[in-house]
Amino acid sequence: MLTVENIEKAYEGEPLLNKVSFTVEEDETVCLLGPSGSGKSTLLRIIAGLEEPEGGEVFWNDEPLGNTPAHQRQFGLMFQDYALFPHRNVSENIAFGLRMQKRSEDDIRARVRDALATINMGAFAERKVTELSGGEQQRVALARALAPEPRLLMLDEPLGALDRTLREQLSRELRRLLRETRVPAIYVTHDQEEAFAIADRLLLLHDGVILQSGKPHEFYHQPRNVWVAQFFGLGNLVQGEVISQSPLKVTTPLGVIQARCDRDAPAVGEKASLLFRPTQACPEAEVCPNRITGKVFDEVFQGENYRLTLHINDEVPLFNILLPEPAPMDATITIGYRAQHVLCLENGSHSA
Amino acid sequence: MDSNLDGNSSGLNELKTSLRNVLRSPTWRAVLFWLLPAAFLGYFFYQPLVALFTLFISPQGGIVLGTLNPGQIWDPLWFTVAQAALSTLLTLAIGLPGAWLFTHFTFPGKGLLKVLTTLPFILPTVVVAAGFNALLGPKGWINLALMALFNLDGPPIQFLNTLGAILIAHIFYNTTIVIRVVSNAWSQQNIRLRQAAMALGASPWRTFKEVTLPLLRPSILAATLLVFLFDFTSFGVVLMLGGPGYATLEVEIYIQALHLLNLPLASVLSILQLVCTLLITVGHNRLTRQRGLVLVPRAQAIGARKPKNPWERVMVALMVLSLISLLIAPLAALALRSIIKLEPSRGERGQVERGFTLQFYRELSINRRNSLFYVPPIAAAGNSFIFAAVTILITLSLGTLVAYALRQRTAINTVLDPLLMLPLGASAITLGLGFIIVFNQPPFSNFSFPILMPIAHSLVALPFIVRTLSPALQSIPESLRNAARALGASPWRVWREIDLPLLSPALIVSTIFALTISLGEFGASSFLSRPDYPTLPIAIFRYLSQPGALNYGQAMAMSTILMLVCAGGIFLIERIQIHSKDET
Repeated sequence: MLTVENIEKAYEGEPLLNKVSFTVEEDETVCLLGPSGSGKSTLLRIIAGLEEPEGGEVFWNDEPLGNTPAHQRQFGLMFQDYALFPHRNVSENIAFGLRMQKRSEDDIRARVRDALATINMGAFAERKVTELSGGEQQRVALARALAPEPRLLMLDEPLGALDRTLREQLSRELRRLLRETRVPAIYVTHDQEEAFAIADRLLLLHDGVILQSGKPHEFYHQPRNVWVAQFFGLGNLVQGEVISQSPLKVTTPLGVIQARCDRDAPAVGEKASLLFRPTQACPEAEVCPNRITGKVFDEVFQGENYRLTLHINDEVPLFNILLPEPAPMDATITIGYRAQHVLCLENGSHSA
Repeated sequence: MDSNLDGNSSGLNELKTSLRNVLRSPTWRAVLFWLLPAAFLGYFFYQPLVALFTLFISPQGGIVLGTLNPGQIWDPLWFTVAQAALSTLLTLAIGLPGAWLFTHFTFPGKGLLKVLTTLPFILPTVVVAAGFNALLGPKGWINLALMALFNLDGPPIQFLNTLGAILIAHIFYNTTIVIRVVSNAWSQQNIRLRQAAMALGASPWRTFKEVTLPLLRPSILAATLLVFLFDFTSFGVVLMLGGPGYATLEVEIYIQALHLLNLPLASVLSILQLVCTLLITVGHNRLTRQRGLVLVPRAQAIGARKPKNPWERVMVALMVLSLISLLIAPLAALALRSIIKLEPSRGERGQVERGFTLQFYRELSINRRNSLFYVPPIAAAGNSFIFAAVTILITLSLGTLVAYALRQRTAINTVLDPLLMLPLGASAITLGLGFIIVFNQPPFSNFSFPILMPIAHSLVALPFIVRTLSPALQSIPESLRNAARALGASPWRVWREIDLPLLSPALIVSTIFALTISLGEFGASSFLSRPDYPTLPIAIFRYLSQPGALNYGQAMAMSTILMLVCAGGIFLIERIQIHSKDET
């Protein structure tokens, strides 16, 4: 369906998108995730034809779209600020795209009525859009984008301007609508929870490239490098140097640690980063090959667990773990990590 | 004794408490703030206005009305409307493409052009008239050049005393209003709206027609009405460039009152003029209130970019050239004409040294006429600056009081605010006419007119000052004052430490406004000036209408001085606004 190939774009002289490529298949919702300023919205506007790439091409079913202006692409686009036309009421906003398609008056009226019913806003047809609440505006914007039956729907941070409770509710509605209409969609967000909730497939954009793509759980279990682990907040990261490949051993400020590696293990003498997930800390240190000793620096009750922050030494001042039992402040404790629970990651070029 | 004393002090305390309670009520506070400004406006603005009406409905007025030839009213009214409509159309024809240019493109010299477009806002009409005179008048550059080139005896281009001269000067004045108002609205338009329309399948032309234009319409209409209002009330330009053949209402009032001494007819015309301008102003206010439609979070404004394709480049170059020549040519002609001698003075026929000279500036301090009633032109500059200083004093104190009054949430403001803004609708000519009707009798006499001059200037300037100070004051968050209060500052201390520093940029801008308005004011001044107390604009007008190369050169020199002072003022204003923007 949609193929994006080697898209390049610079912003104020700095490369923003550096040969970005990906595809979107039929019935698929792809989430484009990345920190603010990573060029997500620019990429969307390039696909929509509202901005020109400096290199690369966008294809629809293998047909290049470079010479197709935005208004002939039949891609729906929903903006973060909704961009509802303030001089038109709710119905007129939804009807806009249908009018551009030169549909008959009756057809337009029927479709607007249906669209309003889908978003449960039948009573709002004649309202001014400036009188709507944030959530209502969001739904009208979605209905407006969907009404002309676009062959691809793009949503640019569609929940970004809303408060938390509303976001969760509308996120559910959105998921339902996307599934019902079966329209392929690209969903841009910087919020990982939102991305996990909506996406069939996730693309992580950073420094102008797609850093990792895959199912949401893959990001959790197999982060590609240190930056990805940091972005998702997966746990404590400690740097070290490889001293043995199999079994994999790394010397770190915590001592020599045995670890697991899902890719080709780095060579002896290379730098590597180790990921220690707080949940996988083991209170019975003696059964584990890796033991970590530190002083309790902070303790927060979190319902099922206690979140402890340990001070280990000057090089690893803070180390977070989750334990079922509390520990007294300033006490020195030792915990363990099994070798398969310490993940060795590529340092990447982006370790911040 | 004791109980008596107690009673006294408790009475005093009661008085204090009740006073404090009174001050706590916003209405009473507003009344206190309004007291002085209202008295000033009542005495110096509404009294003359009432006098005009009284004259209008008096038996004397009735006689005049009865014997009036309808043409005496309809002719100037018809001409006023016609020239204003024509000027407005032409102004839009240049201003709208200009707005498009400023909104969408960056180009070399844009900053300079932007500063230039602010100039007409404050340039006195005499300066503009002198500028066009220096460019296209009989002694102007173009005519003298053509005469020298083709050995002509007389100037080939007849520019002065034509309708064209009036129209061009109006275009000069008002194009920048269209550019500012429309381009402001245009560049604040959320670009996502247009992108949304395109994504929904609207072609660029359709997007313009269905989204951009409807959203721009209020600002275009507002600009049109504003330009029409300024063209409608235009006085100096018509008097100085249009000559005796063309009289707008304003010029007719001036001629009837000062030359023909027909005060009743002048008052009839004044009231007609007042009604018309009020109608236009009300329409304009309605329009501007409708604006500010959408305030979405993180709205993406339109960014200007370099022109891309050849067509855009040609359009941009053409627009820039025509704007620069429209705005710069008359002013440059004026400045150059004041330092370059092109024709012989009286009595030195034959050998003339053409070229650079400072003679016109030197002559400013010499009273060639040796007349008791005529003072050297430099004295006019002195008068002007003294009047301006008094004007600044009056408008800043009254303006600040009004701004504080308007800050109180009370119903009386909804009544008093429009009353304050009425002087904006009443023209300076009406004001001048009212002044000579009311204050030409005890306790005043026509000798006191120099005292009344800064008062008239203040009435003209006050609405602008209030419109500058009031938003600045409103924008100071109450939380800052509360924080200062909580940290132990007394009310006076709060004002000095919070209000005053935060208001100071607006106060400086107001000072410059008052200065330039007073320096350039021509309409009311022409009623109030006396031969021995001329202001700069009055002196320029006099010298321009007298024959002789020296008089002409001196008019150019004085106009140049006035232009430089005003340009310096606007330059300062721009800098202050940029500065304060950086701070927030």
